[in-house]
Amino acid sequence: MTVLRWVRRAAWSAVTVLGFLMLATSAGWLVTDGPLADREVASGPASLPIGGPFSLTDHRRRAVTEADFRGRPMAVFFGFTHCPDVCPTTLGDMTALIEALGPDADRLHWLFVSVDWERDTPEALAGYLEAFDPRIVGLSGTEAQVAQAARSFRVYYRRVPTEGGGYTMDHSASVFLLDAAGRFAGTLDSKESREVALEKVRMLASR
Amino acid sequence: MRTLLRGLAAAALALATAIPAASAQPGDVAVSGAWTRAVGATAPTAAGYMTLRNRGASPDRLVGAETPAARSVEIHEQRMEEGVMRMRPLPGGITLPPGEAVTLGPGGMHLMLVGPTRALARGERVPLTLRFERAGEIRVELSVEAAGARQPAHAGH
Repeated sequence: MTVLRWVRRAAWSAVTVLGFLMLATSAGWLVTDGPLADREVASGPASLPIGGPFSLTDHRRRAVTEADFRGRPMAVFFGFTHCPDVCPTTLGDMTALIEALGPDADRLHWLFVSVDWERDTPEALAGYLEAFDPRIVGLSGTEAQVAQAARSFRVYYRRVPTEGGGYTMDHSASVFLLDAAGRFAGTLDSKESREVALEKVRMLASR
Repeated sequence: MRTLLRGLAAAALALATAIPAASAQPGDVAVSGAWTRAVGATAPTAAGYMTLRNRGASPDRLVGAETPAARSVEIHEQRMEEGVMRMRPLPGGITLPPGEAVTLGPGGMHLMLVGPTRALARGERVPLTLRFERAGEIRVELSVEAAGARQPAHAGH
């Protein structure tokens, strides 16, 4: 009979251990990846070296650096004003996000950095941005300043000559999200839905 | 009876030559859903979007366009390659295969209105003349949608 008792004890111990393991794993999942996890904005690790020093002029002719935008998260897009298609689409998306966020939109900086240092003077930027939400700040600078800003954000851009002596610009198309301390917090992609983008900026604003 | 047959044959021949298969008839290209987006008075460019349907039996080609609302109009394509946006003029225009529809829209092919002569305000209509290799000139009106709109307001979602 003692043998049976030992077997029973061993079986119950096994059940207890297994139960504990199951509880621990599911609890672990709950708080790391599950519904109780901290919600992350970033689609990439915050340690990615995107975002850094820049020195540019805004569309109101004010000289600014990255330090002027600290303390609030930011959404940054690189483009140029002689861009009839993608840049207005992105700035239109930004305007729609700002409107959807309502007063919370003021907790973020919304930046449009032109990589067209030659044509995009503060006046050109101001005129172009008239069609969009007034909270979007236009930035550009000298060739060297634009190069530095692009390096800080790991942005690719290139001037491409066109027939007739003009030129167009190739440029990275993402909107970069940075937290209030200037750390990379993800991107907005032109192909994702407005709901996804809104959720990302909403979480960024609440941080 | 023979005269009647001969007459019918002649009529058929006349009809056949009157409608040579190789040349486009007015109405062979149908343009629908033409729109643009609001821009400020100093905006350097604006875009033109629409659907071109070639209802004819031969290929046609959009070769140019003009509007009193801009200095000139160029035909462009936009491509996204590895996260980089590249916009290029299409000097050869846009080919319209017979029986097919080609859509110019955000993020793809578009007309670039170079140097708008004035601000384009949401709700107004902008005249535009399209030039086709075979179908000749077609006049349309672009409806002006919100700045940066992804589609015309009346399009399905």
